[in-house]
Amino acid sequence: MNTNSNTYTIIYASVMVVIVAFLLAFVSSALKSKQDKNIELDTKKQILSALNVRDIKDADAEYNKIIKADMLLNQDGSLSENAQGFTTAFEKEAKENNRLHVFVADVNGEKKYVVPVYGAGLWGAIWGYVALNADKNTIYGTYFSHASETPGLGAEIATDHFQSEFKDKKVMNNDKVALSVVKNGHVTDAAHEVDGISGGTITSNGVDAMLKACLESYNSFLTKNEEE
Amino acid sequence: MAELFSKKNKEVFLAPLGLNNPVTVQVLGICSALAVTSKLEPAIVMGLSVTIITAFSNLVISLIRKSVPNRIRIIVQLVVVAALVTIVSEILKAYAYDVSVQLSVYVGLIITNCILMGRLEAFAMQNGPWESFLDGVGNGLGYAKILVIVAFFRELLGSGTLLGFNILNYEWIKNLGYLNNGLMLMPPMALIICACIIWYQRAHHKELQEN
Repeated sequence: MNTNSNTYTIIYASVMVVIVAFLLAFVSSALKSKQDKNIELDTKKQILSALNVRDIKDADAEYNKIIKADMLLNQDGSLSENAQGFTTAFEKEAKENNRLHVFVADVNGEKKYVVPVYGAGLWGAIWGYVALNADKNTIYGTYFSHASETPGLGAEIATDHFQSEFKDKKVMNNDKVALSVVKNGHVTDAAHEVDGISGGTITSNGVDAMLKACLESYNSFLTKNEEE
Repeated sequence: MAELFSKKNKEVFLAPLGLNNPVTVQVLGICSALAVTSKLEPAIVMGLSVTIITAFSNLVISLIRKSVPNRIRIIVQLVVVAALVTIVSEILKAYAYDVSVQLSVYVGLIITNCILMGRLEAFAMQNGPWESFLDGVGNGLGYAKILVIVAFFRELLGSGTLLGFNILNYEWIKNLGYLNNGLMLMPPMALIICACIIWYQRAHHKELQEN
């Protein structure tokens, strides 16, 4: 057979592509549930990281112990139980279904709230979780991560050093989100501002915009005084 | 059986581990060697992934080498490699999620690893399936060997740990004036360690030196 003829080449390429496509589709669907489980576990780990619970072995058990409820925000700022099970796509939930999640946690007997935040850095997505004290204003801890920021510059937002800067900062000022990330060394309002990363300006600005946009959507919850 | 492990086949398997190492002698696949070697664990996983992919892509290409139309052979090779890489990456995401996060894009970038295309073009297209498989395993392990050596030094001297276990981070060692060298975690140090390995190898094997 002439393996150099045009017909042969085209048929060969087509058959090969179809076989490979089936193979990959099969592998992908066979491993899907296992992968989703991993992503879910990873999300739980990230939520716990925001509560300064890090380096844990069994994230599932720890999560069930610490996180008391996965709540959704109502229009008037009150919370109601999320009945649809754990999700990892917080951005999609917020934008498409208008479902804003708040996790209620209990750390050593103190009530904490964790809200997911998401935005864009320089090269790709950035996301994180902000844990607040029971006053819904003071930050207890944060966790940030990124898809593809520059190592050593923007990627520094994923370090403990950057995340710990947020501790004890206040989110709100006059019923508006005042928490910001400013140029390194230009903090004027120590209660609300955090030093950005030098050399990672666009990523720092991304974190700033992400915090403002996402926390602002929780405004009704954050400004509501709870009578319990 | 004796034929399967003939002298020639042994040579095919062992040469890439020693005097024909893909990283230190042929200087291929350097970029991933720099990127994934700041810790030992991802380096081992990366080494194994590349070994599996070179071995099986060599095997597949060798099996179909006589039917591959000459004009699209590079495309066929790429499709085989890409399919295998995707499968490995999916498996890592399912069974070794943490490592797959650390390796991030570099698993996908195995597709462009020069060792793979080099072996397919230079070896699997001309040789039988078994020899090609051995050649793939050999080259993969040759690559893995260098990655592990580099990662060993970088993690030990940079973080004071090995595979995450504490080796050097004790008070009394700090009191002696020893500090972890953060520079070891930066990519340039991987290049320098790689260069040291090449230096050592060439100093010991005169036949590698040019006149």
